[in-house]
Amino acid sequence: MQTIYILWLRQIKRYLRSKSRIVGSLGQPILFLFALGFGFGPIYAKANGGNYIMFLAPGVIAMSILFTAIFSGIEIIWDRQFGFLKETLVAPVSRITIMIGRTLGGATVAMIQGLIVFAICFVAGFRPESLAMVPVAFVFMFLIALLFTALGTAIASVLTDFQGFQLIMNFLVMPLFFLSGALFPLENAPKILSIIAAVDPLSYGVDGLRGSLTGIVHFGLFQDFLILSVITALCMWVGSWLFSRIQA
Amino acid sequence: MIMSVTLLSSGMPIVSVDNLTKNFGDIAAVKGISFSVQAGEIFAFLGPNGAGKTTTIKMLTTLLKPTSGEIRVNGFDPRVDQDNVRKSFGIVFQDPSTDDELTAWENLELHGILYGVPTKLRRDRMSELMEMVGLMDRMHDLVKHFSGGMKRRLEIARGLLHHPKILFLDEPTIGLDPQTRNHLWSYVTDLNKKENITVFLTTHYMEEADKVATRIAVIDHGTIVASGTSDELKTQTKTQTLEDAFLALTGSTIRDESASAIDNMRIHSRMFRKR
Ligand SMILES: Nc1ncnc2c1ncn2[C@@H]1O[C@H](COP(=O)(O)OP(=O)(O)OP(=O)(O)O)[C@@H](O)[C@H]1O
Ligand SMILES: [Mg+2]
Repeated sequence: MQTIYILWLRQIKRYLRSKSRIVGSLGQPILFLFALGFGFGPIYAKANGGNYIMFLAPGVIAMSILFTAIFSGIEIIWDRQFGFLKETLVAPVSRITIMIGRTLGGATVAMIQGLIVFAICFVAGFRPESLAMVPVAFVFMFLIALLFTALGTAIASVLTDFQGFQLIMNFLVMPLFFLSGALFPLENAPKILSIIAAVDPLSYGVDGLRGSLTGIVHFGLFQDFLILSVITALCMWVGSWLFSRIQA
Repeated sequence: MIMSVTLLSSGMPIVSVDNLTKNFGDIAAVKGISFSVQAGEIFAFLGPNGAGKTTTIKMLTTLLKPTSGEIRVNGFDPRVDQDNVRKSFGIVFQDPSTDDELTAWENLELHGILYGVPTKLRRDRMSELMEMVGLMDRMHDLVKHFSGGMKRRLEIARGLLHHPKILFLDEPTIGLDPQTRNHLWSYVTDLNKKENITVFLTTHYMEEADKVATRIAVIDHGTIVASGTSDELKTQTKTQTLEDAFLALTGSTIRDESASAIDNMRIHSRMFRKR
């Protein structure tokens, strides 16, 4: 328990100490919010979609969590390059425990980042539909954070250096985001797009978040929760297994 | 003390290695070596660059899977019983392994908790060790602002924070000034005497090995070429100093390309980290 805590704390400290990382990772969501939100807003309203910022904000929050979480997981590659990973690998604690501590830490960091973006959305004019549902939204935010930190950890356990990193970004993380319904409604999307969205785990995160914040829901909140939880558990499990096989 | 005597006299090896081999693709890093270390010994594993010392230590400490051969560490097989092996040893790595984004104190704290050292004991030892390596007034600084030698001292302090059955020291004195080296060795021999901790060390400073080691094995090109006490090695090679014995055993040619390439890489990565 103390082991999980200290590894969690390490992730938090590293995050809070890298001011440039915090500020830098806010640039993208702000850009999306303002360029897309205000740029597409009028067209979206004309097409009877309503207020686009209301629609977009949950997607942008999910995006910032996705990116931060994947990066937190991938941090293992840094630890490997800088040597610290060895220290945890030979420690007399099970690798599962180490994996859990790191993942919780990374997920917390992603969650904090998501909350900051939430606040930015608020400034941009976004208002949750009902205050009572905000805690539900937090649950979805944390699930997204957990899922993708575990995924990042799993990936980083098999990558030994940064060579494959670009590949992961372009062929996994970007598609996960753009095909998740974060930016457009899945309601009237072409068949092929909605099929792809249905196998993208982030879709359920975005849907759950949007559902609890704005009331617009595609799959259904309970289904979102169930699917996200199952996939998160699966990722944790696979990630732990891969992590336990790391050699140095 | 009685415990240690029985262990010694019964001759139960605490580390035993039989026909151990490790290949990296085409490179045979370790070629079927066999040796054992008795509980309570200070065992020096000497050899030129690229001889296979670090690779052997990595296999003993569960970091690498052997290609073939048998290992027992404190009676456990690192391949199947990793948790029990990990509970048996402590290690100072040859390569950097601290977290640069944390302070020295936080690095120690994290280590102490990972190794389950009780709070009071942990804090006491942390102060004692920080004092020993002369980092007392810098302990709340981020490690990334440390000099290379200071980082090395921190690694040493961290490695000594918990008292394991077996302590692996892979070139612990690399980059350290003579004062710190002396402190380190007297601390280690003290631990060995008082708590009967077995020490498994590598070093390129022959006088250090000569001074502290109770037994020495010399490895070259992945093969053990000689072993015994320092005196036995000198007699065997008809030389006066351990350094001459070492040179007689391993030749005076500089090690081959493959070895020097990886050493260069290490040097570079170290320079990179220092910035
Ligand atoms: N990960 C690796 N991949 C490929 N080859 C490796 C790897 N690690 C070590 N080797 C090779 O194995 C051989 C033994 O290396 P090792 O690090 O064990 O030497 P060493 O005795 O510790 O040398 P040094 O005194 O320089 O630390 C070298 O030829 C090295 O190039
Ligand atoms: Mg070495």
